Amino acid sequence: MSTINADRPADALRAGDRQADQERAESKPLGGIAGWLDDRTGAAKGMSFVLKKVFPDHWSFMLGEIAMYSMIICLLTGAFLTFWFVPSASPVVYDGSYIPLQGVTVSDAYRSTLDISFDIRGGLLIRQIHHWAALVFCVAILVHMGRVFFTGAFRKPREINWVIGSILSMLAIVEGFAGYSLPDDLLSGTGLRAAEGFMRSIPIIGSYVSYFVFGGAFPGEAIIPRLYAVHVLLLPAILVGLFTAHILLVFLHKHTQYPGPGKTNNNVVGFPMMPVYIAKAGGFFFIVFGVIALISALVTINPIWGYGPYDPSPVTAGSQPDWYMGFADGALRLLPGFLEFTAFGYTFSFNVMIGAILLIPIMYTLIGVYPFFEAWVTGDKREHHLLDRPRNNPTRTGIGVAAMTFYIVLFFASGNDLMAIKLHLSINDLTRLFQLLIFVGPPLAFWITKRICLSLQRADRQKVLHGRETGVIWRYPDGRFEEIHAPLTPQERWVLVQHESPEPLVITAETDANGVESPIARKERLRAKLSHFYFKDRVAPPTPSELEAAHHHGDHGVETHEPEAIEAGGAPARETIKADRQN
Amino acid sequence: MNDNETTAHGESGALAPAGGDGALETRSTTELDRFENPGLPPHVHRAADDDPKAAKRAEKQVATLFGLSMLSTLVFLVGYFAIHDDWVFFFPGLGQAKTLNVVLGLSLGFALFFIGIGAVHWAKTLMSDEEVVEERHPLGSSEVERAKAVKVVTDGGESAQINRRPLLKYSLGGALGLFALPFVLQVAGSLGPGNVEELKETLWDPKYNDGKPIRLFRDPERTPIKLSDVTLGSVFHVMPETMEKVYEEGKHVLEQKAKAAVILIRLNPDDIKVQKAKDWGVDGTVAYSKICTHVGCAVGLYEQQTHHLLCPCHQSTFDLTEDCAVIFGPAKRALPQLKITVDDEGYLVAPQGFKEPVGPSFWERAR
Repeated sequence: MSTINADRPADALRAGDRQADQERAESKPLGGIAGWLDDRTGAAKGMSFVLKKVFPDHWSFMLGEIAMYSMIICLLTGAFLTFWFVPSASPVVYDGSYIPLQGVTVSDAYRSTLDISFDIRGGLLIRQIHHWAALVFCVAILVHMGRVFFTGAFRKPREINWVIGSILSMLAIVEGFAGYSLPDDLLSGTGLRAAEGFMRSIPIIGSYVSYFVFGGAFPGEAIIPRLYAVHVLLLPAILVGLFTAHILLVFLHKHTQYPGPGKTNNNVVGFPMMPVYIAKAGGFFFIVFGVIALISALVTINPIWGYGPYDPSPVTAGSQPDWYMGFADGALRLLPGFLEFTAFGYTFSFNVMIGAILLIPIMYTLIGVYPFFEAWVTGDKREHHLLDRPRNNPTRTGIGVAAMTFYIVLFFASGNDLMAIKLHLSINDLTRLFQLLIFVGPPLAFWITKRICLSLQRADRQKVLHGRETGVIWRYPDGRFEEIHAPLTPQERWVLVQHESPEPLVITAETDANGVESPIARKERLRAKLSHFYFKDRVAPPTPSELEAAHHHGDHGVETHEPEAIEAGGAPARETIKADRQN
Repeated sequence: MNDNETTAHGESGALAPAGGDGALETRSTTELDRFENPGLPPHVHRAADDDPKAAKRAEKQVATLFGLSMLSTLVFLVGYFAIHDDWVFFFPGLGQAKTLNVVLGLSLGFALFFIGIGAVHWAKTLMSDEEVVEERHPLGSSEVERAKAVKVVTDGGESAQINRRPLLKYSLGGALGLFALPFVLQVAGSLGPGNVEELKETLWDPKYNDGKPIRLFRDPERTPIKLSDVTLGSVFHVMPETMEKVYEEGKHVLEQKAKAAVILIRLNPDDIKVQKAKDWGVDGTVAYSKICTHVGCAVGLYEQQTHHLLCPCHQSTFDLTEDCAVIFGPAKRALPQLKITVDDEGYLVAPQGFKEPVGPSFWERAR
């Protein structure tokens, strides 16, 4: 290429390009298939950008990866299952190799699921991997969401990604439920039966919604193929689309990092994609897949042959949905019957609708809105790339734990029957207890969490100002004991002092100079109150001058009263201890 | 709007950190009185960085892990062909297990798992662990870029004459706003028939039996029940005689079952506290809809001692002695009772069907 232009005068202008030439000479030329591709796409530029991308290291950043990988595992195994699964509710007589059900009239969907489990070699394994991966997917999303929330990773500029993530989280539940219902077994059919009851509870249009979704009376033959289309086509397309946006935004924003020495809001400290994260993240995919396969080899999930085909009249005790639907089922168990009433001849079933129809959308709306709410309360419009340690934002952490408590109470409520049986308790008492806890639990959890966070912050302060406890007890000539504190290194200290501790916003002036009430003040009063709620109990991070003061005067103990003693006797005493230890 | 500005301070009524202007000053001094970021801690070399032996060892470990993965894959391949479908074995702690599933699962699992930990071990021992620092830049575009973008859009609009010709703007808006309607209508209008009045009917209505009383049939035996068969405390799962026609036609079997399921129980007549319930039964034998009035599960659990019926889905509890009124749980309404009598041949029959819709509530239910 360069030979043609070799002797042009403009070469002088390109003198600065020499370095690039040199780099080219040193590295291997891009040839073969890669070269062919780059000639047609120009992908090399983007490739080197992506491969040089730096990711910070932390175990909690792998939670989102688990979600991503289990979704991919679901897509892979799900594609396998479509080869054999027949999404049809038409009745057939089962004649496969599972003897107890031979001759029983079942739906084609149920028959083909039995065939996958018994007559297709390795089919059961793929089915179990698919189901386990779906369960792991939902857990991983939730835990990942918790990590993002408690570290404040949803703050500007990542609010959009938080919203996308919330939608993903909600859709994952729906996708899971749709898939769980497909085999048309007694348990999942009972789930659909309940879902039909949920739809009926919607005011005005409820019965029509039910008839439209089921193509007529429940159960009908339309729901299985419809759910199948939703499960393998519609929702996966939306999930993959949103997930792609989610991950692209992570690339665009560059990953957040935990505070630490050398880490600032303006950098990312970590390891490049090539080779470290290709190996670590790529390897982690295989680890997640491997572990899910191992679980699927050893632990049965959803043994539909044991439940039998769906029939609306029988039901088994201990009927429960998959775990991710547990909280909604729990809500249904706790809502009292008196919420249903008839007015003007029409029936309002709020005992069902609140838990079954409203709970999930309301919950996810609150989750999705939180970043905007917090940004409004704090008035903070800066970009945040350094994560918060959860203790450094006690109110947010408290809100998060309160929400978790709400969720967990509902979740356990959906197991009230099993708990009653296994623990020999009264189901009525258990239900009443959960009804009480759903109101008492979250505020209590908020208060306790906030107090713990504040204590941890104070402990951090103490540690910075007085050093780390060494576990070495020093006995004075007068008989007193004192534990030796070792000062922190600047690196150790930085983690404990780097955070900001905002003060509550207050209204600067209720009235202007002439005593006229300020219109802004009236508008901002609520915000000031909320800001007060968030930040009134602040524990300020220690400052260098406070550390200085602690060193010189000390707050308590020996250092305050007998500084000379330390100066005089301290060092030798330590030497003695060391000497003693060596002996 | 520039997003990067915080609320203006000093303005009357605006929000500011505590203490007003004074606090602002304190804040700036606190910012000065802060610890300095000490920078990255000194890098600590790993064994494999300095010691060729350790590096060689790590290399061997990684290769062994990859080797184990290959071995596991081989086990899978052999297992797929060698293991018979019927083989089961006892897995300690887990019980009986299907050999094929366990062998294929374990071999596939380990084949994947060893690749994973091999790669991670490689990354942790041999790949550079020198931390790399990448700078961040504010995400927003510069003012110039923003202005450019605005200009492109306004120039484009100008060229399309959208502002000068509002007729185009509004007609386009109308067309785009309306074009989705056919799609919405097609799907909403065609998804299912909407004859929701069906919800109020069951096969127990005598009109399905030419106006004659309908016999109670055992399910799934499909045989009629004599009053004398029903001993004190016994429970029958019952379907109407009219189901026979449905079975013959083979259509809508489950749809009918979903509404018609009935539970038949014989109590001591003195235990029944409600006169209507007593009258609608025969000698303490009473029939109730088995479909829960909460969300429609089958109310399958009968507690003989307490005469309670419990729905296993959400634990609504109905008291048979109180005409199946709800005594606990999320359901509101009692289970509808089916009036039964005995016909000339001594079989139990239902003369009048349910007097209210069975199953979960719905909007038009009470109409």
